[in-house]
Amino acid sequence: MSNLTVIPESPRQPGGSGAPAPAAARPARARRTPRKIHQEFRTVVSPHQLNSRHGRVIYWIVLVAVVVSFTAAFVFPLYWMVTGAMKTTEDLVQIPPTFLPPQFTLDAYAEAWELMDLSLLLGNTALYAGGAWLFTLAIDVTAAYALSKLRPVLGKLVLALMLATLMIPPMVIMLPAYLTVKDLPLLGWDLLNTPWAIWLPAAANGFNIFLLKRFFDSIPRELLEAAEIDGAGPVRILWSIVIPVSRPILGVVSILTVVAVWRDFVWPLLVLTDSEKMSVSIGIASLSSQMPQNVLIASLVIASLPTIAVFFLFQRHIMAGLTAGSLKG
Amino acid sequence: MTATSMRVSRSPRGSRGRPATKRRREVRRNITAYGFLCGALICFAFFSWYPMVWEVVLSFQQTNFVDPPIWVGLENFVTVFQDAAFGPAWKNTVMFTVLALIFGYGVPFVIALVLNELRHARAYLRFVVYLPVMLPPAVGVLLFQWFYEPEYGLFNQILGFFRLPALDWLNSTDTALVSLVIVSTWMNLGTGTLIYLAALQTIPGELYEAAELDGAGIFKRIWHVTIPQTKLILLVMLLLQIVATMQVFIEPYLLTGGGPENSTVSVVYLMYQYAFNFGNINGGNALGVMLMIVLMVFSAIYLRVSREDKS
Repeated sequence: MSNLTVIPESPRQPGGSGAPAPAAARPARARRTPRKIHQEFRTVVSPHQLNSRHGRVIYWIVLVAVVVSFTAAFVFPLYWMVTGAMKTTEDLVQIPPTFLPPQFTLDAYAEAWELMDLSLLLGNTALYAGGAWLFTLAIDVTAAYALSKLRPVLGKLVLALMLATLMIPPMVIMLPAYLTVKDLPLLGWDLLNTPWAIWLPAAANGFNIFLLKRFFDSIPRELLEAAEIDGAGPVRILWSIVIPVSRPILGVVSILTVVAVWRDFVWPLLVLTDSEKMSVSIGIASLSSQMPQNVLIASLVIASLPTIAVFFLFQRHIMAGLTAGSLKG
Repeated sequence: MTATSMRVSRSPRGSRGRPATKRRREVRRNITAYGFLCGALICFAFFSWYPMVWEVVLSFQQTNFVDPPIWVGLENFVTVFQDAAFGPAWKNTVMFTVLALIFGYGVPFVIALVLNELRHARAYLRFVVYLPVMLPPAVGVLLFQWFYEPEYGLFNQILGFFRLPALDWLNSTDTALVSLVIVSTWMNLGTGTLIYLAALQTIPGELYEAAELDGAGIFKRIWHVTIPQTKLILLVMLLLQIVATMQVFIEPYLLTGGGPENSTVSVVYLMYQYAFNFGNINGGNALGVMLMIVLMVFSAIYLRVSREDKS
């Protein structure tokens, strides 16, 4: 693999210094791209070192080693999962295992879909994730807007109390939270096995409030004042000014919420005990010991497709959300 | 501060208005604000604030949710303390955290350092390292359960291929905990890597150039430039990771059930068992309070560290 690319485009060529002949092969482009990379960021290894003959050999060895080991560590298990589900139970226990399934068949996938009632489980999970998304947006956006722009009396205290929940690890309060959902204080409602048990706790998310408020704080005051002078009330300002300019952060919060609900295990394990109401993770886990191995693996593939698809589509948002809190928080 | 900013923002009309109308406007603004806040206040109150308080209350009570609760002092704490699984649960949780730090804390930083130097395949590598993080944890764990299968599982096949002796993985007290750490690290490595990578990219290149002019080699540059520049994020990630891994539950729940011989029972898993298998939810709460105290120490340090960051 390395041979293909080694010679023409050596990495981050700093202009003239020791740049070898490739310029002859593809003149303009080969030179301009590396220079741009060089200007963008300089890292530990100096461009000079990297472009010495010695440095370049090491660079390519490291690159190939990293690509190979990453593929082996992170892609191969997934490959093994996808193809494992295409093998028959006999193929699966064969020693040594075959690298490719002996015959290409999707029977196990179909069987998993039927046996585990995956359409129901996936439908449930979509309902939980979609509802949690709507509630989170409606509740957290309005709250963050009120705290950031309307600044009511005791607003700072409310914000502090909401952010304080980030300090309490969720697992630690799972038992009293479960009891609360089972018998809601004052109201006495039993929310177990209803979507509310997922939706409402998902909205009580201090991190979302933090992200949204920080973004709203950065919206220039003049923008809102102008609208106010024109006679727009708070609701109108939120709807026609704040929300449209906050699209990036709304995207981040949306994806974080949907992915978190989709992946969650412990909370749905506690509150969705009825097999008709289970989310896909819980459903598969509860049936895992009764299923033939290839059917179980097929169900794992199906269960992970939605989140992987979301990752493909919204990679940038997800990575932005990942670094947003930790770098500046 | 609230008052000043309001006066400024209202100045075009406020200068005309009398104090009484100003006050009325102030009241109206507060009513609107709390109208906007009420959804969040209700959700937080029911599902965050109230459970936090109730956690502590329940740990000092004996309840069956039919009769009124009885205050029993420290009895629940004594009960769980005398449980044969109590010692192992804490020992395993600490061991799990330490092992997960060894694999899952240093390794992502090294990976990020290397990735930051590479000029090819960056998007692919970043994507791939985060892929396991996107899998639902239940999927990752059940997948590894299959890999750990002693006879035909992938790992023993690979060991066999290299003529190494097969391992018992989840079924032996020697390897069960390490097996859980491997799953957990595989699933979570990507988060740290990408966060470190983002941090590394904020380091100004001039610092490296200056260090180079002073004659610092690659490792000296890492030691004297990279690490001091990322010290804060390294510290924050350390604390976050400790808090996260000490809550380990899904791995023992799905893979080992705490066995063999309590070698993988964790504090949260024991807490779950108290509530849902032993029918003693108050004992579970007592464990929860203990864990809460330990984790809040780390959370408090985290808060301090990130405060210092801002100032």
